[in-house]
Formats: sequence, C-alpha cells, structure tokens
Amino acid sequence: MSPALAGVLQLTALTAALALAYRPLGDYMAAVYHSPKHLRIEKVIYRCIGANADAEMRWPAYLRGVLAFSAAGVLLLYLLQRLQGGLPLSLGFASISPDQAFNTAASFVTNTNWQSYSGEQAMGHVVQTAGLAVQNFVSAATGMAVAVALVRGFARSRTGDLGNFWADLVRGTVRVLVPIAVLGALVLVACGAVQNFSGIHEVGQFMGGAQQTNGGAVASQEVIKELGTNGGGYFNANSAHPFENPSAFSNLFEIFLILVIPFALTRTFGKLVGNVKQGYAILATMGVIWLGFTALMMWTESAHGGPALQAAGAAMEGKETRFGVGASSIFSVATTLTSTGAVDAFHSSFTAFGGGIQLLGMMLGELAPGGVGSGLYGMLVMATIAVFLAGLMVGRTPEYLGKKIGTREIKLAACYLLITPTLVLGFAAASMVLPDALGSMLNTKALGAGSHGFSEVLYAYTSGANNNGSAFAGLNANTPWYNTTIGLAMLLGRFLPMVFVLALAGSLAEQQPVPQTAGTLRTEKPLFAGLLVGTILIITGLTYFPALALGPLAEGLS
Amino acid sequence: MTAPVKPEGPGTMASSSTATPPRAPHQDVPGGHQPGDGRVGGGLFDPQQLLTSLPDAIRKLDPRVMVKSPVMFVVEVGSVLTTIFACTSPTDWFGWAIAAWLWLTVLFANLAEAVAEGRGKAQADTLRKAKTDTVARRIDGAAEEQVPGTALRIGDLVVCEAGDIIPGDGDVVEGVASVDESAITGESAPVIRESGGDRSAVTGGTKVLSDRIVIKITTKPGETFIDRMINLVEGAARQKTPNEIALNILLASLTIVFLLAVVTLQPFAIYAGAEQPMIVLLALLVCLIPTTIGALLSAIGIAGMDRLVQRNVLAMSGRAVEAAGDVSTLLLDKTGTITLGNRQAAEFVPVDGTTEAEIADAAQLSSLADETPEGRSIVVLAKEKYGLRERHQGELTGAEWTPFTAQTRMSGVDVDGRTVRKGASGAVIAWVQERGGDVARDADALSNAISEAGGTPLLVAVEDDKGPRVLGVIHLKDVVKEGMRERFVELRRMGIKTVMITGDNPLTAKAIADEAGVDDFLAEATPEDKMALIKREQAGGKLVAMTGDGTNDAPALAQADVGVAMNTGTSAAKEAGNMVDLDSNPTKLIEIVEIGKQLLITRGALTTFSIANDVAKYFAIIPAMFAVAYPGLDTLNVMRLSSPDSAILSAIIFNALVIVALVPLALKGVQYRPVSADRMLRRNLAVYGLGGLIAPFIGIKLIDLLISLIPGIG
Repeated sequence: MSPALAGVLQLTALTAALALAYRPLGDYMAAVYHSPKHLRIEKVIYRCIGANADAEMRWPAYLRGVLAFSAAGVLLLYLLQRLQGGLPLSLGFASISPDQAFNTAASFVTNTNWQSYSGEQAMGHVVQTAGLAVQNFVSAATGMAVAVALVRGFARSRTGDLGNFWADLVRGTVRVLVPIAVLGALVLVACGAVQNFSGIHEVGQFMGGAQQTNGGAVASQEVIKELGTNGGGYFNANSAHPFENPSAFSNLFEIFLILVIPFALTRTFGKLVGNVKQGYAILATMGVIWLGFTALMMWTESAHGGPALQAAGAAMEGKETRFGVGASSIFSVATTLTSTGAVDAFHSSFTAFGGGIQLLGMMLGELAPGGVGSGLYGMLVMATIAVFLAGLMVGRTPEYLGKKIGTREIKLAACYLLITPTLVLGFAAASMVLPDALGSMLNTKALGAGSHGFSEVLYAYTSGANNNGSAFAGLNANTPWYNTTIGLAMLLGRFLPMVFVLALAGSLAEQQPVPQTAGTLRTEKPLFAGLLVGTILIITGLTYFPALALGPLAEGLS
Repeated sequence: MTAPVKPEGPGTMASSSTATPPRAPHQDVPGGHQPGDGRVGGGLFDPQQLLTSLPDAIRKLDPRVMVKSPVMFVVEVGSVLTTIFACTSPTDWFGWAIAAWLWLTVLFANLAEAVAEGRGKAQADTLRKAKTDTVARRIDGAAEEQVPGTALRIGDLVVCEAGDIIPGDGDVVEGVASVDESAITGESAPVIRESGGDRSAVTGGTKVLSDRIVIKITTKPGETFIDRMINLVEGAARQKTPNEIALNILLASLTIVFLLAVVTLQPFAIYAGAEQPMIVLLALLVCLIPTTIGALLSAIGIAGMDRLVQRNVLAMSGRAVEAAGDVSTLLLDKTGTITLGNRQAAEFVPVDGTTEAEIADAAQLSSLADETPEGRSIVVLAKEKYGLRERHQGELTGAEWTPFTAQTRMSGVDVDGRTVRKGASGAVIAWVQERGGDVARDADALSNAISEAGGTPLLVAVEDDKGPRVLGVIHLKDVVKEGMRERFVELRRMGIKTVMITGDNPLTAKAIADEAGVDDFLAEATPEDKMALIKREQAGGKLVAMTGDGTNDAPALAQADVGVAMNTGTSAAKEAGNMVDLDSNPTKLIEIVEIGKQLLITRGALTTFSIANDVAKYFAIIPAMFAVAYPGLDTLNVMRLSSPDSAILSAIIFNALVIVALVPLALKGVQYRPVSADRMLRRNLAVYGLGGLIAPFIGIKLIDLLISLIPGIG
C-alpha cells in the first residue's frame, strides 16, 4: 500500500469514527449541561468546595469563578514543582526553578501544555499525576464550561444568568471527561501504553551504552492529554514515544480522542440553542477547514522536493516510521487546529510549507474544531464577526441566532480578535531585537537558516498565545525570557478571551430574541458556512501574512 | 416595478361621503425615479460636485475633525509622517509620490463626505429663505401687538390673515384658512388648515392665502419644524447611528490589527536583513487598513438621509432610518394606503324584472346631484360600462334635484314625471314603502351578498307610471390601489408582515385584506387597539413601522419603532413620530423601509469590498519589500509588477482611486431589490466579496503598466 493511500484510508476511518460518535456524544453533553439533577459524587464535591451549584450566575460571577479556580490551580501547581525536592515519589528529581515552574504552571492551567522541560528528566510521579494530570482534566472542563456559558447566552433571553460555573466544571469533569478517559486509557493500555509507578530503568542498547527509561501512569495521562486537547507529554518525545503511543492504531485512536469532543460540541450547541442545523453549519465550517488543512499537509509532506526527501520517498525526517507521512500529517494538523499540541512527529522537521500549515492552523485561533470548549467559543465569536459583515449585506441590523449584534457585542468580539495577534506579534517582534532572546536561537542566519529560525520563534509564541503547546524545537525556550513571556502569553491568551466571551454571553442573554423571517440571514445554510470559512481565512491571513512570508514562505519558496 | 399610482385629486383621504376640505394632491409617484435604476435609486451623482466640494474637503483636513473617523485619521497621520520623511531625502521621487498619494487618499475621503453634505446644503438654503424674520401679531387679552417672530413663546396666541407668513409652529384655535406650504413641501397647491380636528397644525414660514386664523404657538423659536429641517438636511444634527458606531468599532479594531502587523514587521525585517524604509511601511499600513469603507462611511450615512429628503421624508434621527431596515411588521392604514381614498361603484345589479340598462340609467340620473366621490364614481361607471353619456344638471329642464345629505342619505332627481332615488338601503326602502310601493324580494338578498363580499350596497328606486319600486343595487367597493398586491408579495419575500388597519367591520376588512393580499388586518380599530397591536408585536421582538396623522395616533406613533407622521397631521402626531412625510403619502412607508435596508447593505457591501481588497495589496507589496532578502518571495509577485517601487506606488494609487470610484455608489446606494435574504446575500457576496478580491489585482496591474511607461521609473 502506498503511503498516500494509507493516509487517505486512515483519514476516512477517522472521519467515520468521528461521525459515529458525533450525535450520541453531542446529545449526551447537551443533556449533561442542561440537566437540573446532581449526581451523588457531585454533591459531595460541591459540599467540599462550599459551592451552591444551583445558584444562577451572571457573567461577572461566572468569570470570577473561572479566574479564582484557575489562579488556585496555578498556585498549587507552582508550589508542587517548587517543593518537588521534598516530595515522595519524586524519582530523585530536584525542585523546579521559579521561572520554569511558573511557565509550567501557567501552561497546564491554561490548557496549553507548553513544556520547556523533559518530563522524564524533571517531573516525578506526584507532580505528573497529582499536578499535571489533574489540570489536564479541569483546564479542559473550564474551557467547556465557558463555551457552554456562551451557548446559554445565545439560547436564553431577557436574563443575565449564564448557569453555574462550579456545576459546569464538575459535570464536565465527572460526567464527560472522566468516563471517556477511563475507557480510552483501557484501549491505550491494550495497545501497549505503560501504566505503572515504576522507577527509572537502565536499558542496554544494541549499539552499546545504556539508556534510561522510566515508567509511570502514562496511559491515564495520555488519554486525557488528547481528550482534553492538552498535549503535555509524559515524556519529552510526546506521542512519538512508544510508551505513550505504541502503534499505528493507538496513533489513530489518539487523533480520534483529540477531535471527538470539539466536533461533538457543535451538536451540543445546536441542541442547546434548539436548532441542530445551526450546529451543523458550525460543524461544516470546522470540517471544511480541518479536511482542507489535512489534505494540504499530506500533499506538502508527500510532494518531495529535495534529494534527501526523494530518497526517502517523502519528507520522512523527524517522523516515526511506524506512522509514516500520512498518519503524521493527520496528527499534526489535528493537534495544531485544536489547542492540543501533542506531537507524534518533529514539527520543526516538516517541510517549510508543512510548518506553515501548522502555524496557520494555530493562528486561525484554533477553532477548527479547536480546543475542548475554546474551539466552539472561538468559532462562535468569528461567526459573530461574519454575521456582522454579511448581515449588513441583507439590509438588516445583523443578528445571530435571534440576537442582535450591536455595538456592545461587536466591541467584545473585536477585543477578542485583537488579543492573540497582539501577543504573538508583539512578543515575537521583541524577541527579534533583544540579544538575550536571539541567543536562544539554534537556527540562525549565520547558519543559512534565518527564516527557519524566525519561524521557530513565531511558532513558540503562536503556540503559547493560542494555548496549543506544541513546539518547533531548535529554540532553547528554557530561559528566563522565554519562560516568562511565553508563560504570560499563555495566561493572557487564555483568560482575556474568556473575559470577553463571558461578557458577550451576558450581553446576549439579556437580549430579547428577534423572530426569524424571510429577511433574516440564514446562518444554518451552506452559504453562511462558506462565508464563515472565508472570513476566518481572510482575517487571519491578513493579520499574519507578513510574518508568514518571512518565515515558512521565504523558506519554502527559496 | 409597480406602476405609479395617481389618486383622483382632492379629497382622496375622505372615506365618508361628507365634504372634506380639499388638500394638496400628493405626488404619489413611488420614488419619482426612472424605470430601470433599481427601486430605490438615489439622486444622480454629478462629477461637478466633486469640484465644488473641494474647499470643504480641504477644510476637513483639520485633525480635530479627522479624528472622528479613526481609519482616515491614521491615514492623515501617515501622510504627515511620509511628508516629513520625504523632506529628509528630497531627491527621492518615490517618497514624494507616496506622500502625495497619501494626502490625496485623505482628501478623497473628505471629498466624499463634503459632496454628500453639499446636497443637503442647497436644500437648507432654500429653507432659510422661507424662514424670513416675521412680525407676529400677538393677541394679549383683547389687544393686539406687533412683536418679532423670535419673541414668541409657547402658548402665545397670534393672528394671521391672508398674505401673512405664519410666525411659528402652532395649532389653529380659531378659523379656517388656506395655506401655501410650498416652502416646506415643495407642493404648490394650497392646503386647508382649520381649528379642531386633525388639520389644525400650521408650520412657521408657510403663508396664509385666505381668511383669518388664530394660532396657538406650540414650539420655541429656533426649535421650529423649519429649524429642525435645516439642521437635518445640513447634517449639523447628524449623530452616528448605532450600527455605524458598531461598524466603526470593527474598522478601528481591524486598523489596530494591521498597525500591529506593520509595526512588528520591522523587527522581523531587520532580523531578515531587509530593514524597510519608514515610507514603505507607512504605505503598507495605509493599503491594509480599511480605507475604502473608512472614507465612505459617513458619506453613506448622509446620503441615506438625503435619499429620504429627496422623497420628501424627514427623518428626525438616523437611528430611525436604520430601524426602518429592520422593520418586520408594517401597519398600514387601509384608506389612502391600500385602497384609494373612497369607495367606488363597481357594478349595477338589477332585481328580477329589471334590466341592467334600466338601473344604470336610473343610477346615473340619481347621482348627477351627488358630488361625493361615490356619487361621481357611479356616473363614471355608467359612462364607462354602459356607454351612458354624462348628462349635466343644466340640460335637464324642469328637473328638481335632491342633493345628497347626511340626513336623508339619498340623492336623486324628479324629472319628466319620474322620481329617481339612490342611497343607503334603509333610506331607500323607507322611501319606497312610504309611497306604497313594493320592495323586490331579492333586493335584500342582493344587498346582503354585497355586504358579505366587503362592499357597500346602495339601492336605486324609481317612481313612475308603474309605481314606486326598487330597480336594483349599486355595488360600491373599496378599490385596492393598483400594484399593491405585488408590493405586499415583495414585502413578504423580504420577511415583512403587513397589517391593514381599518375602521371597517371585520367582514368588510377581511374582504379587502384578501383582495389586497395583506397578511393580517385589524378591523374596527381604535387607537387603543393599534397601540396594543404594536406592543404585542414588539413583545415578540419585532420592529414595527406605522403612519399616522391624528392626535389620537400620537401614542402609537411614539411607541412604533418607525413612526411616520403625515405633514398634514396634527403637531402632536408630528412630535410623536420619528419621521415626517411632507407629501403625506402613507404608501411611502414601504419606500422608507427599502431605503433603510439599502443604507445597511451599502455599508456592508463596501466593508466587504474594502477588506477583500487587501489580499491583492499584500501580493503587490510583500514581494516588493522582501524579494531582495528572499528572492524566492518573488514567486508571490503574481501580478508580475515591474519594480518594487512601482508595485508599492501602484497599490497606494489604486487604494486612493478606488475611493473616488466608489463615491457615486456610496451616494446612490447599492442597488436594492426586494428578494429574500439568501438571494440578496449570494448576489452581494459575489459582487462585492469576489469582486473585491479580483478587482485590485487588475487595477494594480494596470496602474503599474502605466507607471512603468514613465521614463526613469519602471
């Protein structure tokens, strides 16, 4: 079987699996967030944290919940790392330095999972399992909660109430993430991923010398790493490591886990706003971008230009032979179009255009299908902008799902739109002039790899600000400058948008809905989905074109 | 295209047969435009206006004025900076060329606004002429004193006689007069103003032609209708509308995004070893920010108001114009809007044993003395359908005429031994029975059938040598204006529900509603019913538009999202509504909705066009900037522009010229046809989205070709 055919078949199988899971999972999540009942375990949790899960919250209260919970998470994770030296089961690893501990804490709480450390050389069992893995669940549940709050903003009228953050957080974790993670972990263990608390083993190598490997609760962390679009690997090699991702099947299964919730949330959205077709339009928009990017990636990686690539039959550098070009392309697009950032291949070694596709995928704002929750709310904000432009062209004050997009709404959507470009371009520009930052670059102009070096810096901030977490290696990011600025980019890139999303939700929820007439823009039609795709591509393209031209385009066209 | 409907002249508002004061025949030509230029076309754009508006455009370069449009303010700052940089290397033609075109870009934007405002100014000047300083004859108790019009206060009583200019807005409290209101409405036929009722409002600046009236002043000097009108057409009172503000926010944030993209580009470029001159970066910035829509945005708003003014509608706020585009329920008064102002004879139905010719003859004879519109229509029908020549009262010698009165409810004639009567069925039956005659058995059934069909039956009876008897029934019906049905179909397609408001009973109302094709009707409507209907619609999230003229309409006019008061109406109605129709033509509501929609479409279309344009500009400028450092990037030069300098300059020139090219579109508005939202979006996306993507590739290439011909540059 040719690699291209293998890729297409895997993509087909993946799409079929996602399609099968779409309705049941989407409907289930809609029921979870809509149900008035609490499970017994949830009641116990509410009692422990002292939350009244039945109290409706207006958007400022909801936001306070998000921020307080996340701040506590950052603090706890920071302390765990700083105190690691004194903790049991730390495998003898020392405490983490302050800037790296801050970076890692910010990274996991923001669902980014940018790692400026190597898991197997820095983090013991306690930090990995009680710190990082816990955040993998709750940071994902936080994203879903915010998305559900925005959906409620569209669905509800003449009220400021957006639901209860604590209930949404706990339900997302207990009823959605944990059950799927348990099943998924069993599948991964069956595939051969490790799950133990063993220490470090020295293994002799065929070529002489010894290699250290350590065990750990890998499968359980791996499953939520993908399912919660987190991406922080137990090991430095991430999903390219055989203990995390042993086979071609486990690879495909992990991609499925990455995509299943973000896609299914569009169904949840449709259900909650009372019109599943609206969800299909958003799904179509996401699907078109996702399939388009995947096809493009497979093509750039297979259309081999240089002599080395031709000898290998494809751009195989940095890719696992057990996955090949097709599966690696599908994985890398899935991980950069969501806020996952897990990798099963070395992103920096993709062709220049391939790297450009990964960059652009994140620059879109990770909304096709995007991170769990964050993909949906990102897409709905873009839909708001698209409705505003297109709505005017049908001769009415723009409205989406019966809610008018007026001054306040467009102000909030525009602020949302400004955040990540400011963080990405601002920090990248600063890094291009500060000698400290320039010193981190391993690929430089002097080595004839100026544009690739620039792409690496651009990638680092794009990944951080968009909460992706994957990296173009070749950049030593474990320096005070990068640890701090990427940490800031992650925090601001996660929570500022949430502020605007929740404010938008509040503003929408207060409105009285406008009934649909023949004069209303039909947002459930293919025309609108096409328009939304165009708006996303053009706005992102215009924002980042100069930067992309000097990075991947300059490299690829040389 | 609906055919213009021309009502029958004076008295069209009269729905009863009692005499009503004649009022100005309104120009009921929808839009007053030529066939083929779209339904709501605008005034034509005259290139001459560009020249005459130039001084205003230059005056608007004042940064304090410019800052109101964030996008163009950035361009102006860019122009200043570019000029400074050009001065630092005065021998470089490129810097000067960019600076010059950036200034032109700002100037073109100001020009667009100045041209839009210029049209209103001309109108304001005419109005000012009407607002001459008048002397008012104020009544103080029994005495009368002469005071300047500006000294009048609310509640003052003034007297006006033939030849006087009315000194201020007010209501007639005593007397009747004919008034020339041409200064405001442009309509030369005089109108009647009388105390009490719905025709009591007079406007300052209009002229009394006959009789004497006493007016109670209702507005302060300086705030009169004519003052507000001057402010409106001049744009002095213009405030940004909610949608305009929202769009400005979006444009400002896009400007920030592009500012960011350009500012951060320099460090990237320095790292790549291709540091860019400031002038080039400024040129890139101006090309990227949405200058096209930024330049034309206020012109579009002013032109939208102006299109209303051209149709003799004054919108008290731009917000109302925008709301008009969103209207989903139209309340239309039956009389004068949906139907012609009066019932007309449609048919003569004979009873058993009578011929149609007999009844036609009798009906005509008996109606010759009936000067009401209904009476006239009977004569007309007899002539048109039965070929009966109209006889004049004078030619029948010895005839004794009985004119129609509200008391007798009959009219007729006694001539040649025949006595003919026609009138309301009760009155005619009584007349026949009084004379010992028989009422045909089927007369009742025929009358009822007509009533059930929504018509009004009039009986015709005669007393001659065969004795008194009923000849038959005249079927009077409301005549739906020509083309209304098609209009309602169009409105439905646009998603607008029409509700007919009428004082008729439900049966009649339903028949007319069915015939006209409105979606719903409100029969036996009282002002309270109207109000309740509006509130009900609004509670469902709908925006409601209505017209009204009476004082009892005022609360509903104020409650409606778009309330159009008739200029003939009371001052309370005019105060309550947010638009005034100087022609007092209720059908115009439909056009107002279309103008509102057109305004929003024009904004959206030009925004889309502006943003889509940027793609081509990137392809022109980015290779020009970096092809030296990274030769591979020349692949992106898909237009094969002749040189980097020419590429950048061509993009800037295109950017400036496209503003001028679109000024006519901004002023006239995007072509609007009443179709569904889906079709409209498809069309506009194809024209302005796709067109906006492709047009600059062609335009920039052409400009580059021209530039490359200039010796020493290309």
